[in-house]
Amino acid sequence: MRGLVGAGVVFGLVELLTRAGLVSASYLPPASSILGETVGLFGEGEFLSSLWVTVKACLIGLSLSVLVAVPAGLVLGLSPTVNKAAGAVLEFLRPIPSVALIPLAILLYGRGTEMKVALVIYACVWPILFNTIYGIRSVDPVAADTARVFGLGRVKTAVRVHLRSASPFVYTGIKIAASIAVILAVSAELLAGGRSGIGILMLEASSIGDQPRVYALTIVTGLIGLALNVVFASIERRVFPWNVNEDDAR
Amino acid sequence: MSTSGRSVEADGGAPSFLAANDLHHVFASATPQEHHALGGISLAVGEGEFVSVVGPSGCGKTTLLRCLAGLMTPSSGTVTLYDQRVTAVPKDLTLVFQDYGRSLYPWLKVRTNVDFPLRDAGLDKAERAERVAQALADVGLEAHAEKYPRQLSGGMQQRVAIARALAYRPALLLMDEPYASVDAQTRAALEDMLLSVWATRRKTVLFVTHDIDESVYLADRVIVLSKAPARVIADLAVDIPRPRDQIDTKSLPRFVELRAEVARLIRAEGHQGIATDEVREVR
Amino acid sequence: MTSPTTITARLRDAGIRVAAIAAAIAVWYVLTARADSLFFPTPDKVFTAVWDDWIRPYSTTWSENLRPSLTRLLAGYLIAAALAIAAGIMIGRSRRLGDYVEPVIDFVRAIPPPALLPLFLVLLGIGDSMKIALIATGVFPPILLNSIDGVRSIDPLYLDTANVFRISRLHRVTHVILPSAAPKIFAGLRISLSIAVILMVISELIAATNGVGFRILQSQRQFLMVDLWAGLVVLGVIGAGLNAGLSVIERRVLRWERR
Repeated sequence: MRGLVGAGVVFGLVELLTRAGLVSASYLPPASSILGETVGLFGEGEFLSSLWVTVKACLIGLSLSVLVAVPAGLVLGLSPTVNKAAGAVLEFLRPIPSVALIPLAILLYGRGTEMKVALVIYACVWPILFNTIYGIRSVDPVAADTARVFGLGRVKTAVRVHLRSASPFVYTGIKIAASIAVILAVSAELLAGGRSGIGILMLEASSIGDQPRVYALTIVTGLIGLALNVVFASIERRVFPWNVNEDDAR
Repeated sequence: MSTSGRSVEADGGAPSFLAANDLHHVFASATPQEHHALGGISLAVGEGEFVSVVGPSGCGKTTLLRCLAGLMTPSSGTVTLYDQRVTAVPKDLTLVFQDYGRSLYPWLKVRTNVDFPLRDAGLDKAERAERVAQALADVGLEAHAEKYPRQLSGGMQQRVAIARALAYRPALLLMDEPYASVDAQTRAALEDMLLSVWATRRKTVLFVTHDIDESVYLADRVIVLSKAPARVIADLAVDIPRPRDQIDTKSLPRFVELRAEVARLIRAEGHQGIATDEVREVR
Repeated sequence: MTSPTTITARLRDAGIRVAAIAAAIAVWYVLTARADSLFFPTPDKVFTAVWDDWIRPYSTTWSENLRPSLTRLLAGYLIAAALAIAAGIMIGRSRRLGDYVEPVIDFVRAIPPPALLPLFLVLLGIGDSMKIALIATGVFPPILLNSIDGVRSIDPLYLDTANVFRISRLHRVTHVILPSAAPKIFAGLRISLSIAVILMVISELIAATNGVGFRILQSQRQFLMVDLWAGLVVLGVIGAGLNAGLSVIERRVLRWERR
């Protein structure tokens, strides 16, 4: 509730400063015009199709990365030695920001959707992988032993007990990966150009100096981020109701 | 000194050092969670006295202490120190909390914890160091001055909290069940340590506890509170000679008498309000 | 997660790690040599390039690219961190102020950092100040939110104790509030570090005339694969180095914490 007031105050302040000429319009267009632009975007066909292009790349990449990262995380999480060995290598690769790989990806895959998806997969694998490993390793060994004592084979135990137990962690990994997917997709569009996508629209508006439009598009990406949070939070409430906790270290 | 009975004021004539006058406090008033913690408490503590306050669990002892310390303002009634009204935390008093684990600062070493309150007291470095050393010696922790609180046992941590209070050199020491979370043997040692410090340093102490033995053993006077809303239901003089001893004093007939009287008063308080069927179960 | 405490266990761990890295480099070598692909040069060439171009004293890339990158990164990061922690302390102390301000900050935080680039591009051009401002803006929200959280979750008994001893306002902030909120503040600092690196790279890929990211782009354009990979390795080292640096600082500041 108070949040709305806060947002309202910001809006009012911006409007006042710009209309009064205290802040140059070339830096900050009036809040009302930004709002108008933002709303207008949703009626624009080109915007909506661009939005879909970006979102599609994210979804495909995210799903594929889950298919890769979760089994890999399961294997690595179950075997401490393999994990230590692989861990050393992974820690080596981890500090390289995925966005730095965009030039390489362009050379390998061109500038189209394939390149975006490849990047998203690479970038999303990390958080899902690490969270899965962490989740598997946090499984109560007693639970695992109990399953084995009841005759469940190694594989079945792994899937039924470990994976299920680790699922909240896996979920967190996927949640993190989703925002990373958006970051990569937009970055790839900014750098590579290509045919369409939100990033392309933003760069276009930026290069012709259409500030209100750039502001509007930036706000839209924020809305995408918020929408992601909301979606994931509501899924979490339904699937892991016992796990609802105060949002720490966001 | 008032004899055992239901008197409520200190001996007439002597200027009271700390006095509370008809304290009431209501939490969350006018809501469904309204809780009447203090129901008109008046008490007085003379300079140099050791007074215990004892009462049934949850009767508002902590609320009382917080009002006396100036940490909170009661809904009505006044607190005076040296006959001056207490509205914020006054200079000459300090409060030792029950939960020493959360009252010591874990990021400061023992010595720095004890020194910390002195930084804003306008003292020079030499005097601060001297006070800290003396306080640590009083509680017997000089050897542990460079350790972090988490490296000490519970009893030792509480001693650090006491040392911190002592170094501050307040005239009045308020203590909120400081030994409640400590094992029996450590508690005995801490009680005796407190008595020796009180005797040598001539402080005034108001000691809140739910342990009846402790309340009689330590004090010159025992104030018994009712359950919430708390009132003073007895102010008993403890006419047992000092110095006190854990074994000898506790086997004195007078100790046993006083102890029993306090226990009876509290038990009577505790039983009021228990549903009759529960009482039958106890029987 | 347990950590090995005996010396032999730790040595064994280190041994496994070193062996694994060596094995990985060996595998890298074998795969790339076998594939003989232009896009994937062998490690020896890459590391030689790293040494020649970036590390060897008097190499121009140090002053031309590494220094500007690091300067921009650290400037943006430190400015934002200082402001965010200060603001976090002020806002954290007041529940109401936090209620008004937090949703707006949450929204800014939800914007994917690279999406800020076009905005800063159109407003501030392509100079250093744009990059520093961009990095600072991306870094600010997580540190601020975590600082607010840290200040809010201070044990009230710590503050009561400070009250009882009539501690001055200044000491209350420096010796009670900051240390108590430090763990959460560091969590925010860590998150923001990766955001800062991402923004540094992106801004240098798109709108720069120098920097590590720019060098990578240049290498790509000129099909100098070895240089490209060398740039990636350098970036990895920078990222790892910064993280390690933050960890060292964190461990020192939080050494009182129960581990």
